[in-house]
Amino acid sequence: MKKFFALILSLAMILALAACGGNNNQPANDTQAPSDTQEPANNDAQAPADTNEPAAPATGDLITVGVINNDPNESGYRTANDAAMRATFTEENGYKATFYNNNDAAQQIATAQQMVQDEVDFLLLSPASTTGWDTVLQDAQAAGTQVILFDRMLEADESMYVAAVVSDMPAEGKTAVDWLAAQGLDEYNIIHIQGHMGSDAQLGRTGALDEKVAAEANWNYVTQQTADWDEATARTITQSVIDSGKPFNVIYAENNGMARGAVAALDANGITHGKDGDVIVMGFDSDKWAFEAVLEGSWNYMGLCNPLQADTVDSIIKDLVAGNAPAQKIIYTPEQGFDCETLTQADVDTYGT
Amino acid sequence: MAAPVKDPKIQVKRPDESIFKRLTRHQLFIPLAALALLVLFNLIADPTFFAVTVKENSLGNPVLSGNIISVLDNASELVILAIGMTLVTASSGGQDISVGAAMAIAGSVILRMVCGGQVSADTMQTPLVLAVLVGILVSMIFGAFNGALVAYFKIQPMVATLILFTAGRSIAAWINNNQLPIINDLGFKYAGTFLPGIPVPTPIFITILVILLFWLALKFTNLGLYTQSVGINANSSRLNGLDPKLIKLLTYVILGVCVAIAGFVRVSRSGSINYSRIAENIEMDAILAVALGGNALSGGKFNIYGSILGAYVIQFLTTTLYKYEVPSTALPAYKAVVVILLVVLSAPVVQEKLASVRKAPAKAAKEVS
Repeated sequence: MKKFFALILSLAMILALAACGGNNNQPANDTQAPSDTQEPANNDAQAPADTNEPAAPATGDLITVGVINNDPNESGYRTANDAAMRATFTEENGYKATFYNNNDAAQQIATAQQMVQDEVDFLLLSPASTTGWDTVLQDAQAAGTQVILFDRMLEADESMYVAAVVSDMPAEGKTAVDWLAAQGLDEYNIIHIQGHMGSDAQLGRTGALDEKVAAEANWNYVTQQTADWDEATARTITQSVIDSGKPFNVIYAENNGMARGAVAALDANGITHGKDGDVIVMGFDSDKWAFEAVLEGSWNYMGLCNPLQADTVDSIIKDLVAGNAPAQKIIYTPEQGFDCETLTQADVDTYGT
Repeated sequence: MAAPVKDPKIQVKRPDESIFKRLTRHQLFIPLAALALLVLFNLIADPTFFAVTVKENSLGNPVLSGNIISVLDNASELVILAIGMTLVTASSGGQDISVGAAMAIAGSVILRMVCGGQVSADTMQTPLVLAVLVGILVSMIFGAFNGALVAYFKIQPMVATLILFTAGRSIAAWINNNQLPIINDLGFKYAGTFLPGIPVPTPIFITILVILLFWLALKFTNLGLYTQSVGINANSSRLNGLDPKLIKLLTYVILGVCVAIAGFVRVSRSGSINYSRIAENIEMDAILAVALGGNALSGGKFNIYGSILGAYVIQFLTTTLYKYEVPSTALPAYKAVVVILLVVLSAPVVQEKLASVRKAPAKAAKEVS
């Protein structure tokens, strides 16, 4: 027992020392262990650099950035997004970056606060939820940390961040709903499978559809449920609608994984879908396999959500360091909707990730 | 005190084996009553819940479809896990909370094998049997890791398995280089969907097979007896020539096998994996199934059929809630209500009170089913 306590105490001491080391210690609950191994140059170099960290920004050698992102395993979109960020913010590119991934906004906020206290030069944020960030943003401003949003917006005054490189989620939703309206069905009975509630992607993609359903008499929800980006839950939700015998002709899933889950339920019940099928299938994001499903005509529509913002963020930071403010505060990544009638192999190769 | 005559019936549960049959009846009372309640609710609210129809799936095969089929189909992973969890609970008096994460690992290994390291594969690169066997082997190793921590290092099961609970999904992602692999080979999906020409979902057969295997193992080996005796009193079983550590380890390895089979079923439903979401929170359902089955979570005597029934009850509840369009995020709250009811029902104070009125509801339950 004594030995055990000695071990615990010594561990606690080591951890306490490590905590003094500063901003570059990977948070304990970082889910990023796998990626770390892919980029040893990036993370390994951080620990020894801790001691002379305050000197680094002054000499201008390396720009310190804290990157707060969602869990890369949540979807193919996020995997691509996270990989691009990690590939861009490397020491070779002049950055000393700390990455943190979590789908829990509270954890993200706590870590962001820590990063601000550690006085990173730039805080890059992809918030899991759009609210709750006020204190962090104020602290960042007070500490002279510049905040750049990527991928997702949050609810705050524009003055609280220097730039945002984001997907225009409401526009994505609008494009998709407009496309659906253009299909000219007599009646729209929609299974609406939502993403993580409160996320920018969910709010934007739900908002447009909600508006349309409320406005049009022949647009109805058969069910509106969140599957939390999960394929298996989406399949269960769709199956339960099929079991209930309610008629439907549209599946509006807020990401590709969930659309795939819904399609699995359709296939199992012999319900035709896609180009010549009974049910219109719609998904979002940028996965190559989803593009291929649209190309084959198995799905009808995919709203592209471009995951590659890293290069744009990179150039904004370089400009800011050189003293040039970005021309636009909010930069929307180029996005569009693709449907099975017009999608070409070239699009798949260009946009698929 | 109110009914001293009937008291012994309940109190006698532990020491006496001669009334095993009576005990079984008592133990299965709660899950059966819960099931009866759910059936009754659905019968009253909407009898079409029980409709089963024959449809033709997109491959032209006839398939059965309906809520009941959905319950039996979707409960498969949970039932398989609950069996392994019962053994672990009985032997070590604690639960393995890493089964969801371990399912992610097993699924990831299997997908990595069949995709041959590619992100997307149209045909299986490795024979399915080999891939599943490797998945089982890896899962057994992780089970042994948990088991060793519990048995040899005497760490509380929940703490020991917390390690894999935390790390498992990252390990699963690492196995596939952080990519989300997809297999489009129809042959891979047979296990999770339908075999050509057979209208019953394959997971149901897999579950029956697993139950059958455990029935045989418990009937013809000493697995059940040894597990119980270690769980009841590890010291006295050691004095009687058993090796409690080995038996505890063994139950965790067996759970590893269950986890791999459940993981295989889960990934073969869609041919893909999402590390952070696959089988999320399933450990809680598995533990709940064990508790619902009337098994003491502190170990000792167990009844795997109670846990199996418990697992089906949980899935029945989930499917019912989906049917009535309860938001999927609210499901855990409803399960919490079930847990509270269970805990209160199994409290000694309530048991005493219930003993006097037990016969009436038991009859009612029989009539309904």
